[in-house]
Amino acid sequence: MIRLEGLTKNYGSFVAVNHISLHVPRGVLYGCLGPNGAGKTTMLRMIAGILRPTDGRVLIGGDDVQRHPIAAKMRLGFIPDRPFVYDKLTGAEFLRFVAGLYGQDGDAVERRAAELLDVFELSSWKDELIEAYSHGMRQKLIISSALIHRPECIVVDEPMVGLDPKGARLLKDIFRQFVDRGGTVLMSTHTLEVAEVMCDQIGILQHGQIVAHGTMAEIRRQHMAGDASLEELFLKLTGGHAVRDLVEVLGK
Amino acid sequence: MSQPSLTHVLQPKWRTVQQRLREVRVRGGGGKLVLLLVVGGVFWAGVFGVLYRILKYFRGVEELGPLLGAKLLGVALLSFVSILILSNVITALSSFFLAKDLDLLVSTPVDWLRLYLAKLGETLVHSSWMVALMSVPILAAYGVVYRGGLLFVPFALAVLLPLLALPAVFGSALTLVLVNVFPARRTRDLLSIVALGAAAGVILLFRLIRPEQLARPEGFRNLLDFIAVLRTPTSPFLPSEWATKAIMGFLGGDLDPLPLVLLWTTAAAFVTLGALLHRQLFAAGFTKAQEGAERFVRGVFWRHTVGTALSRLSVAKREFVLKDVKLFFRDTTQWSQLILLAVLVVVYLFNIKALPLFRGEQVPLFTVTLVSFLNLGLSGFVLASIAARFIFPAVSLEGRQMWLLRSSPLDLRALLWSKYWVGTVPLLVLALLLTGLTNVLLKASPFMMVVSLATICALTLAIAALALGFGALYPQFETENAAQIPTSFGGLVFMMTTIALLAAVIVVLSVPVSAYVRNAFDGLPTRVTGVMVAAFGVAAGLCAAATVIPLRIGLRRMENFEF
Repeated sequence: MIRLEGLTKNYGSFVAVNHISLHVPRGVLYGCLGPNGAGKTTMLRMIAGILRPTDGRVLIGGDDVQRHPIAAKMRLGFIPDRPFVYDKLTGAEFLRFVAGLYGQDGDAVERRAAELLDVFELSSWKDELIEAYSHGMRQKLIISSALIHRPECIVVDEPMVGLDPKGARLLKDIFRQFVDRGGTVLMSTHTLEVAEVMCDQIGILQHGQIVAHGTMAEIRRQHMAGDASLEELFLKLTGGHAVRDLVEVLGK
Repeated sequence: MSQPSLTHVLQPKWRTVQQRLREVRVRGGGGKLVLLLVVGGVFWAGVFGVLYRILKYFRGVEELGPLLGAKLLGVALLSFVSILILSNVITALSSFFLAKDLDLLVSTPVDWLRLYLAKLGETLVHSSWMVALMSVPILAAYGVVYRGGLLFVPFALAVLLPLLALPAVFGSALTLVLVNVFPARRTRDLLSIVALGAAAGVILLFRLIRPEQLARPEGFRNLLDFIAVLRTPTSPFLPSEWATKAIMGFLGGDLDPLPLVLLWTTAAAFVTLGALLHRQLFAAGFTKAQEGAERFVRGVFWRHTVGTALSRLSVAKREFVLKDVKLFFRDTTQWSQLILLAVLVVVYLFNIKALPLFRGEQVPLFTVTLVSFLNLGLSGFVLASIAARFIFPAVSLEGRQMWLLRSSPLDLRALLWSKYWVGTVPLLVLALLLTGLTNVLLKASPFMMVVSLATICALTLAIAALALGFGALYPQFETENAAQIPTSFGGLVFMMTTIALLAAVIVVLSVPVSAYVRNAFDGLPTRVTGVMVAAFGVAAGLCAAATVIPLRIGLRRMENFEF
């Protein structure tokens, strides 16, 4: 469903994403892990068509995001890490607006918007300007907007940030059901417990490259990590000694 | 605990400025800087030149000369102070209550006085830099004509500093009180008051100056009455009057220290009182500014009116237009400026009506046609200023939401289309009103009416396209305040290009218009010649090119935006 071929992004001499090739098939929830600055957000923004790759290409359902952006983006729902939305629209108006961007309107959109607002417990806020929403409520609204047009795949950057435990649990359930029905989710997260529990496959990014990729069992096997937890694996692959040093410094 | 110094508190701002300059240098922005300096230099030279000639003429007039010079300076400084008060109220709202660094500053153990002084300084710099730059050629002209010598430079600085500080303190204090009076984040009410206050200020200023009396000395019973009016200070309690007295005293050779002392002591007293007010009211006001707006909106009105009217458009375009209209009317900082705009249009039309064209028995056809024709340029300039304020920032204001627009299948042409027409339609209405009413007031001929209306329509379409195109070419995604966007480099380039277009169109159209006047003078009927048609064609071609090319360039630029 989502295929990356030699995806590269340079900022001047800095290589943010370095020749990544990846295939995330239908019905898979793929977790992308990595330390800060590893290139996760850049990669996801290229998949969503917000950034242009320096080299390589992104295919969504077989359509190149750069060459056939409309067809590719029709299949996609994107959830960014920072919930910037139009403050002077109400929640319901925002959902209607996003549906309009996908060419959808009418009763079907109204019903879908009402359902989503209800699921995310925003119904009582639907006619209130978004400027009055909390960070978590904005995040819920953006998640709703990514689902309003019934996408085939969702690309999501740090989905749990700002959500309350109930919201986080709800999101996990929604993503699971979405994937079970044949959808595809590609998400980046720093919450390793979430990734370990939710993701079917995991990729660990370091310095713009995927240094480990596969199911948990496959990664353990590749790196001869026995029954190590994802946290131990992550620290091993991304320089965990720095964390130990930090703990020592803080403990002094 | 020892308190951090004021410079330490202001350090992030200073470092940001340094970093921006460094970025400009790294990105090869030297050309931009040179262009800015050249444009600024030409503007300064222009203001200096005009004022130099006027003052030189005044100096040659016995008795009246010095009085006229002083009156002119008084008017200029009074206008500056009025503009500064308005500008400071708006700037103080963002620097004292909405700025992003406030959470950090308020949560750290920085005492109230340092916070006040740091924010007052920030407000002063942000709101006064333009006035300070503008006063350089004005004061230079006075210094040169009245032979103030080199000492005039530090003296003028000593006068200008407290004159800038006073409105900053006053504006900040007014904002502080207003934020405390109106519950929560009611910037709508606050800014409505500011806008109304500004409108009232314009009218007040108009009355204070009494320009019609000065322009018609024959209206006075005798010369002594006229001189008496010139001698009367606008108001002895206005700081601008003290500044005028101090400067004219210095330049006249009989320096009276009182006005300067008054300026400095009042500024010191104002800062002290402002600080005390800040200590009393800031915490409460800042807390209120944090509270949510809690505003329920159904939005049915727009859906039923604009939505229904646009029902034939594609869903994406319709929703985009609806969104833009809603955002405009729900954002007080946007629509409140319409009040000012309305006042300015009324003043503009009033001035046209007050032109002494119809005093004689015969209607002077040449003058009327000339004024009607030049009015095109002036109206074009007014429209360009409005486009700079409302259309130029349109693309920049989408910056934070660009993740949504770029990740959706929205065709950027639809976005640009919606932005263009949402901006152009009201501009077109205003353009037709301005030109049509002016021509009616001038009793212009049907020929001039048709030429003016057709030209202003074509110019409006081009001006809107230029504003949108340059707005996309020089986006300011990081600026949250839409009012600051037009003052950027891109805004300057847009204004320069638009003025060039206006000049070109007027020069081209002067050919058929002068032919028409010649015919009318000779009592011949208006004949449309080949030259006329060619000139109209060239003007139309210029406008069409200025419409299509910027939109195309803007679209290409938007397709390459990265976030």
